[in-house]
Amino acid sequence: MFDKSELASALKEKERWEKRTLAKTLERFPERLKEFTTVSGMPIERLYTPMDVENLDYVRDLGFSGEFPFTRGIHSTGYRGRLWTMRQYAGFGTAEESNERYKYLLEQGQTGLSVAFDLPTQVGYDSDHPLAEGEVGKAGVPVNSLKDMEILFDGIPLGKVSTSMTINATAPQVLAMYFAIAEKQGVALDGVRGTVQNDILKEYAARGTYIYPPEPSMRLVTDIIEYCLENAPNFNTISVSGYHVREAGSTAVQELAFTLANGIAYIEAAVKRGLPVDSFAPRISFFFACHNDFFEEIAKFRAARRLWARIMKERFGAKDPRSLLLRYHVQTSGCTLTAQQPFNNIVRVTMQALAAVLGGAQSLHTNSFDEALALPSEIAVMTALRTQQTIAYESGVTNTVDPLGGSYLVEYLTNKIEGETSEYIEKIDEMGGAPSAIQKGFYQKEIADSAYKYQREIEDRKRTIVGLNKFVTDVKVPIKILKVDQEAEKRQIERLGKVRAERNGKKVKEALEKLRKAAEGQENLMPYLFGAVKAYATNGEISDTLREVFGEYKATTIV
Amino acid sequence: MKSKRRIRVLIAKPGLDLHDRGAKILVRALRDSGMEVIYTGIRQTPEQIVETAVQEDVDVIGLSHLTGAHMALFPKVTKLLKEKGVNDVLVIGGGVIPEEDIPPLKEAGIAEIFGPGTPLETIVKHIKENVLR
Repeated sequence: MFDKSELASALKEKERWEKRTLAKTLERFPERLKEFTTVSGMPIERLYTPMDVENLDYVRDLGFSGEFPFTRGIHSTGYRGRLWTMRQYAGFGTAEESNERYKYLLEQGQTGLSVAFDLPTQVGYDSDHPLAEGEVGKAGVPVNSLKDMEILFDGIPLGKVSTSMTINATAPQVLAMYFAIAEKQGVALDGVRGTVQNDILKEYAARGTYIYPPEPSMRLVTDIIEYCLENAPNFNTISVSGYHVREAGSTAVQELAFTLANGIAYIEAAVKRGLPVDSFAPRISFFFACHNDFFEEIAKFRAARRLWARIMKERFGAKDPRSLLLRYHVQTSGCTLTAQQPFNNIVRVTMQALAAVLGGAQSLHTNSFDEALALPSEIAVMTALRTQQTIAYESGVTNTVDPLGGSYLVEYLTNKIEGETSEYIEKIDEMGGAPSAIQKGFYQKEIADSAYKYQREIEDRKRTIVGLNKFVTDVKVPIKILKVDQEAEKRQIERLGKVRAERNGKKVKEALEKLRKAAEGQENLMPYLFGAVKAYATNGEISDTLREVFGEYKATTIV
Repeated sequence: MKSKRRIRVLIAKPGLDLHDRGAKILVRALRDSGMEVIYTGIRQTPEQIVETAVQEDVDVIGLSHLTGAHMALFPKVTKLLKEKGVNDVLVIGGGVIPEEDIPPLKEAGIAEIFGPGTPLETIVKHIKENVLR
């Protein structure tokens, strides 16, 4: 980006500055720390100059927005054309209460839905399963059968709203239910927009809602890709997620590396199924966290776009420009929130959301300030949504594309993160790819080490968390937290009983039998899952049928 | 009577909650402080936890839960211990637990509840001072 004589004279000037100006200052005013680092431990220099990015080639490495390598963004006009989708993750109690929350969020100006399912639903147990006790409606909404889904989306036009669903091991049947609701509303599937997380690899490595062993699980992931390709071409078939890897304690580079390596594994699986890469790659999307370190996070997003575009082009030979785009959702980092002085969290979320926007996110969830204490209350969610709206409409950062492009620091960090991520991906390749690296416990060990290091830094006060290990106060600000209605679990189990009593039992049995047979073979299971959910077979029954065929995954825990 | 053997701790994740970052960090911190620590991994029933605790002859059980089912799960663990005649094991809990739930949990035999942001040192100290055997 700079010519040689310009660089040479800048370097000379830098040496002069170091001797004349800097040395004197350091002598009189020593710096606060011996070493400055990012949240992830990356060393940060005092001052960045053209010398730190001397090999940067503008056209090759940055280019123009909407063009390869997409460092500056995937849309040529950035947020000048369309703002990001404001999408708050929500779900609790029962389908009725969650439906009410969605309508409230849409009324408040939210532009997309994001469904949180409770843990029993995520691991394939109905609400009356012994392991579900106490968990029904707690971390999300329970969905046992199509009946719950009908209530959940009652009065919400699926042809107009895009919906993101955080569901993985049970994604095939939950997606089948969602599509069945769209059909009932008279919406053709090619008009249905949204995203299903469908990212099982990170469940084994970091999140935990796996059911079956990796091989049949990867088959189900690919079934969704293949089914949507033919029937719901505007639906994102995977959201390859770094969020949970980061929340489990990884560094920024590990988050990026493990996510992209998982992405590579999904692409390989679909190609192996016989699908041409350009047919399905445009519908692979991503999901990242935005942690506290402002510039590190911005650089991470820019590096992610560039690296993914290069991977798709060079490794997979993708030709369609849409296959090269890393489109992603961001959630601000839940693990940075403190239970102490909860209003401080509003400030953290604001900075994280701003970094996500400066990084060029397509979709954003802002955490609520009370989330270290409970599920968010309505007022806390509204404040979180207003945070996004304030950034969008008042800050001015949306007026130009990639406002930090060209910053010596940001470009330096973007290069560094891309380089270190590539090294990790090579290492994972050498292990035989993501599934085998995960089975060897590589991701898990790396994440656990980083998490412990980070925590020790807080304990040893090397890292300051405002209101937690510094600026502590005994003054308590009373806040009203959301209590999930204790009767919700009971009501949910009653409804489940009613569904089981009123449906045609013979039809259910037949549909499950067909599903079992298909699972024993090689066919795509989606059509059979449609049959089952439409007969009001439950999530638990469907999962049990597949458990019998596929078996269950037994995790080895790595501390 | 406090014996001289190293304190043995079981860190357990009852229920379907999968948030285990804190539990794993605590395992390492307790080990660093000289204790012997066993970690159950996620998705454990109260029955499995008590069985492991008895088998491993632990002095302490630490229960971690962040998704709101603690009121159903924690008291079950202490109840099962009582039924087995185990009354010298210190049971503590941690996670996202509303303040108003703490008194009934203590009533049910959970000695102490540690919320988000608790220094690891506090937990280590509590165990060392309160271990029952």
